[in-house]
Amino acid sequence: MLKVENLHVTVGDREVLKGVNLEIAQDETFILFGPNGSGKTTLLMTLMGFSGFTVTKGKIAFRGRDMTRMPLHERAKLGVGMSFQRPPTINGLKLSQLVKLCADDQDLDVQGLAREVNLEHFLERDINSGFSGGEIKRSELLQLMAQKPKLLLFDEPESGVDLENMALIGKMVRRLLQQEYRAQAEKSIREQKDERDTSGLIITHTGHILNYVNADRGTVMYEGKLCCASRPRDILNQISESGYEECVRCLT
Amino acid sequence: MSDIMKTNTVDAKSREKISVSDFDFQGAKAEAIQDLTRMDPKDRQQLLMAGVDVNQKERSATYLHMNHSNVHCSSCRPGVEVLDIQQALDTYDHLPEYYWKAVDPEKDEYTRAVAETLHGGYFIRTEKGAKITEPVQSCLFIKGENVGQNVHNIIVVEEDSELNIITGCAVSHDVKAALHLGVSEIYIKKGGKLSFTMVHNWGEEVHVRPRTVGIVEENGVFLNNYILLKPVKSAQLYPSLYLNGTGAVATSNSVIAAPPGSYVNSGSRVVLNAPHTRAEIIARTITTGGTIINPGHLVGNAYPCKGHLECKGLILQDGIIHAIPELEASVAGVELSHEAAVGKVAQEEIEYLMARGLDEDEATSTIVRGFLNVDIMGLPPELKQAIDQTIDEAGEEMF
Repeated sequence: MLKVENLHVTVGDREVLKGVNLEIAQDETFILFGPNGSGKTTLLMTLMGFSGFTVTKGKIAFRGRDMTRMPLHERAKLGVGMSFQRPPTINGLKLSQLVKLCADDQDLDVQGLAREVNLEHFLERDINSGFSGGEIKRSELLQLMAQKPKLLLFDEPESGVDLENMALIGKMVRRLLQQEYRAQAEKSIREQKDERDTSGLIITHTGHILNYVNADRGTVMYEGKLCCASRPRDILNQISESGYEECVRCLT
Repeated sequence: MSDIMKTNTVDAKSREKISVSDFDFQGAKAEAIQDLTRMDPKDRQQLLMAGVDVNQKERSATYLHMNHSNVHCSSCRPGVEVLDIQQALDTYDHLPEYYWKAVDPEKDEYTRAVAETLHGGYFIRTEKGAKITEPVQSCLFIKGENVGQNVHNIIVVEEDSELNIITGCAVSHDVKAALHLGVSEIYIKKGGKLSFTMVHNWGEEVHVRPRTVGIVEENGVFLNNYILLKPVKSAQLYPSLYLNGTGAVATSNSVIAAPPGSYVNSGSRVVLNAPHTRAEIIARTITTGGTIINPGHLVGNAYPCKGHLECKGLILQDGIIHAIPELEASVAGVELSHEAAVGKVAQEEIEYLMARGLDEDEATSTIVRGFLNVDIMGLPPELKQAIDQTIDEAGEEMF
């Protein structure tokens, strides 16, 4: 699904990513840990294609296509979607309008989708204007539910979210990643699993999101490089026991 | 002054000087129109784009002034009186309380011209306590070449009554040069409430000089809206609202777009002369090549009072925006604040929408339409719809 090879990225005149290699398979959810300032968000921003993140070396391929230099909106059209940590407020643009734009469908059942993330009373509000942390997260999820990307990039889905919101957000992330199986007559759970075609890349500090999504692999970003991949739970335990130093030792 | 010292608007200001005598203020009399639906469809469309519905659907009264004559005046609801100004002057002994009482006829050459030759205008007055929910619509229309139009409007909102007025100004689609001079005197009595929305749909060679003063008494409310999305050669307006009674409230909103060739000097002033008065001035301006000068002035002369001024401008590519926020307080304890910003569409906002699949142009125009939205004006739904449509159509040409 996603293949990143020897990616070097500069922000301003500082090299932030120094040779990142990463492969995420179809239907795989990959977890990214790392201290503040290590380059996690830079990786996500570069994958999405934001200005100010300059690829100086390396390659990003998505579903077999080289998208290293592809404009932002073409990546979105191709199936890359991102949940923003601090999205901007756009005055006069209502959440409901934006959700329709995300789906590129004026007849979308926005009400129905919004109900699932408790945002039906926010649809006529200007996007992100005065939204709380949890409301921003749910609004981002709502937009992604309409956009239906194949690769989901989440930057700390649990930050600034209270416990009650966390359960809802965790559940919706899980659904977006197509990990929510329901016993149903037409298809067995195995068949549903086989039909999954959505991947995820999730940045987390606390690991709370691991209580909601199944993630087989994860790694640590440290000073612009990735350590070896391992089971996310193990990495989390290791970080809480001995800090990020152990990962660095593994790097050197 | 050396060239480097000059500001851009000094040069542009010269465009405000026009010669009244270049225009024809005589002879362009128009026949009365009984049935507005029989107007030329192209003219009707021009009116619609200025918020005027010739079908008079959900309107309580309609007043249409063409060139130098009142051509249509009808009221469909009790509680509100709509007359041609000349008729009102004749009927009510020259309206001694109102006629030239808020605006000084010697203010400038334009007010003098209106004082000398009066072509018409509307007189709208509510009855005490009448709540007129459906808007009164008025239109000042120019059809013909080089027409100079002088109008004088008077609005009286009597005690505890409520009134909505939509006043559209437009030129016929084939008009080139014209000059519109309009004096408006607005009186809101104790507890009265007026929502006054002016939509301008002029032409590329039309000069416009409205002169508006509003006086608001105790607990009166004045909601003033101005919308200009179409080309104009030059427009210069600066309505002044005086809050003279305790608890009076005024809001002045404007949404202005200036395509290349347009010169707009549009602002507003609110003077808070009584305790517990409140005022808000909000201006959203956008240029795609034209010049916009946007002054705003809040004057606090009584305690306690509170006012906020907001001017936000976007320059899409070329053009000039000159925002001039002014706060003036003459007693301790007055609370006045302002917020002004001129810039371009934020890259962060464009990229946010691009990440949702919109290309750069779609993202930009979505943001600009949001910026120009008129939700804050609290307009009746079909007028809002007409204006949204105008924004969409102007948008296709401009951004």
